[in-house]
Parts: sequence; C-alpha cells; structure tokens
Amino acid sequence: MTSTRTMTLNMGPQHPSTHGVLRLVLTLDGEVVVKCAPHIGYLHTGIEKGLESKRYQQGIPLTDRMDYLAPLSNNLALVLAIEKALGVTLPERAQTIRVLLTELTRIKSHLVWLGTHALDIGAMSVFLYCFREREAILDLYEAVSGQRMMSSYFRVGGLASDLPPGFEDAVKAFLRTFPDRLAEYEALLTANPLWRQRTIGIGTIKREEAIALGLSGPGLRACGVAYDVRRAHPYSGYERYSFEIPLGKAGDVYDRYLVRMAEMRQSHRIAGQALERLTPGPVNVADPKLIPPPKPLLKRSMEALIHHFKLYAEGFSVPAGEVYHAIEAPKGELGCYLVSDGSPRPYRVHFRAPSFVNLQALPKMVEGCLVADVVAVIGSLDIVLGEIDR
Amino acid sequence: MLETLVIMLVKIGVVFGALLLTVAYMTWVERKVIADIQVRLGPTRVGPYGLLQPIADGLKLMFKEDLIPSQVDRVIFLLAPSLSIIPAFIAFAVIPFGDTTTLFGLLSRPVPLHITDIDVGVLFVFGVASLGVYGIVLAGWSSNNKYSLLGGLRSSAQLISYELSMGLSVVGVLLLVGSLSLVDIVKAQAGVSWWFGLLPVPNWFLFSQPVGFCIYFCCALAETNRAPFDLPEAETELVAGFHTEYSSMKFAMFFMAEYANMITVAALATTMFLGGWLGPVAPSPVWFLGKVFFLLFLFIWFRATLPRFRYDQLMGFGWKRLLPLALLNTAVTAIAAVRG
Repeated sequence: MTSTRTMTLNMGPQHPSTHGVLRLVLTLDGEVVVKCAPHIGYLHTGIEKGLESKRYQQGIPLTDRMDYLAPLSNNLALVLAIEKALGVTLPERAQTIRVLLTELTRIKSHLVWLGTHALDIGAMSVFLYCFREREAILDLYEAVSGQRMMSSYFRVGGLASDLPPGFEDAVKAFLRTFPDRLAEYEALLTANPLWRQRTIGIGTIKREEAIALGLSGPGLRACGVAYDVRRAHPYSGYERYSFEIPLGKAGDVYDRYLVRMAEMRQSHRIAGQALERLTPGPVNVADPKLIPPPKPLLKRSMEALIHHFKLYAEGFSVPAGEVYHAIEAPKGELGCYLVSDGSPRPYRVHFRAPSFVNLQALPKMVEGCLVADVVAVIGSLDIVLGEIDR
Repeated sequence: MLETLVIMLVKIGVVFGALLLTVAYMTWVERKVIADIQVRLGPTRVGPYGLLQPIADGLKLMFKEDLIPSQVDRVIFLLAPSLSIIPAFIAFAVIPFGDTTTLFGLLSRPVPLHITDIDVGVLFVFGVASLGVYGIVLAGWSSNNKYSLLGGLRSSAQLISYELSMGLSVVGVLLLVGSLSLVDIVKAQAGVSWWFGLLPVPNWFLFSQPVGFCIYFCCALAETNRAPFDLPEAETELVAGFHTEYSSMKFAMFFMAEYANMITVAALATTMFLGGWLGPVAPSPVWFLGKVFFLLFLFIWFRATLPRFRYDQLMGFGWKRLLPLALLNTAVTAIAAVRG
C-alpha cells in the first residue's frame, strides 16, 4: 500500500524571490502547492505607532519608509489626510507638482515591479534595463529634494521648496525617451512565447473574489473592475487630467502585467499634461501657522519670528475628529485614517496599505499552482514588505 | 613507442590545461558579454578589463570555509562534486580540435590533434556527459535540504526528457556519414557546394541538417542547465537549487562542471554540425576555437534574453515537441540517405 505525503516547504523570510522578508509556508504535493500560508511581521518598523509621538510635520519622513519604492505617494497620503482635517486648499502649482511627481513615482515603482517580476521568471536583462530608467527618475527625485529615495518632499500645506531651475527640462528629456524604452521592454516580453506560457492563466482570481478580498490597484483592474481612486474620488486636481484606466479581463499574472505596462503609459501621459499646466505661482498656502515664513523676514518682522518659533517648537494642531483620505498609490488604494484629539500630535494614524490587503489574495491565487508559479504570482502582486508591516 | 607516449601525455596535458583555462575565462567572458547586453561594465577592478577576475575568484573560493552541514549524508555529499566534474572533463578526450600538426617541423611525422579517436566517439561523449547528472541528483539528495532535493529531482527529470531528443538529433548526421567517429564526421564535411551556382556554402551538416542542429542546440542548453532551461538551479525559486549547501571548492567544482559541460556540448556541436576544425587560411585549431566560442556566445545571449521555462512546460516541450520533431528528422534523413 503506497501513500503520498505532502511536504512542507518554508519559503522565506530569506529567499531571493519573496520581495523582502515575506515568509510563505507552502504545503507541497510534489511541486504542486496544496496550501499556502503567508507569515508577515519580519519588517515591522512601528511607523504607525511612531507617528503618534511625532508632531504632524515630523511624521512625513517616517512614511517614506513604508512603500520605499514609492515614497512620495506615501507622503501624499499623509499630507492629504492632514490637509483634509485642517480644511486647507493648495495653490494650483503645488497640486500640479504633486501630480507630476506622484505619476513619476508610479512609473518608478512599476519599473522596479517589472524588473523584479521579469527577473523572478528568469528574464534577467529586463531588470537592469528597468533600473536604468528608474535611475533617471531617482535623479529627478534628488533634484527636487536632495534625496534619491527617502525624499520627504511634500509638506502639510504645500511642498518643501519650489522646483529647482532646469527641472522641467530634465523631466521633458525623460518623458521623451521613456515611451521608446518601454516599447523595448514590451518587445522582450509581451509576445515572448516563454513569457506568455509562464504568465497566462496563472494566479487567476475572479472579479467577485477580488472585490470580496478588497484587492485594489492593478490587481483589481486586471479582473476588469474599473476602480481607480484618481477617477472615483479625485484629489490634487486629477479630475482635470485626461487619462484612461487600463483594464484586464482574466485576472491572471499576464493581465496584471499588461495593466501595469499600460499604466506606465498613462502615467507618462498625465505627467506630460502636468508639465503643460505648470505655471509660475506659490507652492505653499499663505498660512504662517503651517508654513514657515521666508528666512530674511525673520530679521525684520516680529510676527514672522514668533510664527517660526511656534511652528518649530510646538507645531500646529489639527481640530479634533477623524478623517480618511485615500490616494491611488502605484500598488493600489493607499488610505490614511487619522484621528486627532486637537493636539499637535495625531492620536492615531492608520494606513490602509494596498500591499497588505493585496497579499491576502495570494493563497487563493497560488493554490493548485507549481512552486515556480508562486514566485511569478508574488511578483505580479507587487508587494512591498515595508508597507505590509508598517 | 616512447615518442607516442610522450606526445599523448603532452596532448592530454595541453587539452586539460586549455579546458581549465577556458572554463575560468568563460566566467569572465560571460560576465563581460552579459554586462554589455545589460548596459553595465562587468568586472573592471582586477587587472586590465578585469582580466584577472577568474584568478581572484578561484583564490577566493579556495580560501573559503569548506562547510559541511551536520545532517548531510557525508559520503555522498563529498562524492557528488567529483561525480559532476570528472565526466565533464573526460568527455573532451574524443573531441578533435584540429587537423594534424608537425609543430612547425619539430616532429618527425604529423600528429593528429585529438587525444584519441575511438570508433564510437559520439556515443562516448553522450554516455559520459550524462553521467554528470548523478553528481547533481546525489548532491540534491545528500544535502538534506528541500530546495536541494527539488533541484536534484528537477534535473533528473530534465535529463531523461532531453537526452533522448539529443541522441536522436544527431542520428541524421550519423546516417549521412556512416560512422560514429568524430574525426570521420569532420572529414565528411570538407568541401564547398554552390547554391544556385552562385553562393559558396561549406558542406557543413548545419546546412543539410538544420532541424537536427536546432534540436541539438535546444537539448544542449537543457543538458547543461543553461537558461532558459536552468531549472535545477533556478535561483529565484529554489535559492541555489542542488548546490545550496555547498561552499568553497566543492561549490566551485559544480560551477566548473557546468562550464566544462557547456564547452563540451559546444565543441560537439562544432564537430557534428559546423565542420569542426575545417576552414580556409587560418590554422585548424583557430577555426575550431572560433566556432566553439561563437556557440558559447549564443549560450550567453540566450541567458541574457529569455525567461525561464516552468518544470512541467519543460517536460512538455521535450516530449511533445522536440522528440517527435527529432524522430521525423531522423525518418526523413533515413529516406533521403537510402534513396541517395
């Protein structure tokens, strides 16, 4: 009498393809996955808790470390929630710059996704090509904020500073070369029979299941659900931009790939529109309670000196209450839920992290797949552990 | 008698040394070529153009701690790397790498440039080369590690799938030559034929057996665990596959075996399909090396471009596509050969 036994394989937290420190406990029948249990918490950084002990404007650099592939999107979610609680409206130029930079962030994040996803499936050159493009965006990041990754460029009520001279030309130069480069990557993968074999019909999730699991972002749109926060609940003036929401049908790895590739083109389009809209003007609200006065003024104006001192010594307070503000981050709906008790420090900040919610779909997607598919599916979910563990 | 013996020993020494050197420098070539494809620089620090990199790597590996995990099956664990590397080097014994030489008149009679020419040369290479998989399977088994085990299992399945098609892919050539000796096969490819009376084309079997060559090349990639068939050591899935638990020189032996195998299959392809050492003007070993390196360049190019097969797709490709195609090719060649 022979019997088959399943094997338990512990994949991660140290594994080249679990995108950080995700740990999967796989129950295998041969190489077929019978059960998959994700374990998280290996990158817990206490960001949400840390925010409670920091004044509002001090919290921004912490959010950079959540989804470290899209720091400006995290900044945006936090500052938009605080601004919503405060009820301030930003000047046109600040909004446009935010849109421009977060769309570049989306391209940047998707490039890392594409590179690592392709690398997981074995196409190693795509990885390095993507990083070449990402490097160009990191240079733009550095130009505006002095930092390549942890840029912390957005502020409550505006931006850290105006764009440096020559920035628009640098963005234009990037936008000019990018579509051709993207077409090259698509040429390497989209019609490649090996790539199609590895991705079509793998990790499929149905529309209803995706909605029930709370999937958002490209993973949800690949199932054919046209939900994009930029369209559904516009912020930062997205209602004034024309763009399409790329949709998939099958909800498999290949469709998620196609959706993200199309999204990069749309982001490119939005960034181009934002550049055209960029007119000179202030980049901060004219509220000395939120924005420090210009330095030369401190020597002449008593009020300016007091505002400066108060802002840095005690911060600004937010009216008591709760707000929720969501943005369309590269990975999905990134929401910031903020509870204020009226003091200069938040009572509680919670982030609805798209990676965390999307990861819930992983067991459903991989059961019945092979081990090799698991890495393909993880790659197609585009998770970042920093955001999951917060 | 003594002269023959000395010549033989010198030839063995030269071939072994050259093979070792090529293995070492293949790593450099591969890194440089892939770097160029991927808009990087590759090794630049050790020596001019990073030329001393393989030596630095070798030294580093030698001085690494040779770790043997406590739960392994010790005997098999120690045996596996040798089982993998020895066949890789032995297989080269029958490959003719040049015509004959008198070393600029130093020798009294011309010496053929191959270690030995046995009448079942092709079978010998196939037989010995497939022994190498024992090293991989046993390494995977003895490591007592699930990733290693999966890597070892994958490779045995892969070998069975592709050995058959590989064998069949060269049957066409053998039918046309009527000999299993590699020297005879090269000699049968001498001369030039004129296509449409205009285009001079060498009589290489690449042109009369294109399907055979393609099948052989696919199988060669699979046999040497190279991309897109590098499943046994699929880094992104199985960490390092069968050699996850190996370190120091034992790891280096697997590594060298892989590269030696690559060179062997490329050399065999050169001999069977690309006319071996044959070519005008330049000395015969130059032609041989040039062709081998061209094929090795293809190996690297494939690796830089293609995604990886999945285990079951790899099996399907081997059994459902390559094998019937190889059979068909054999049948057609046989009919053509009989009808003259």
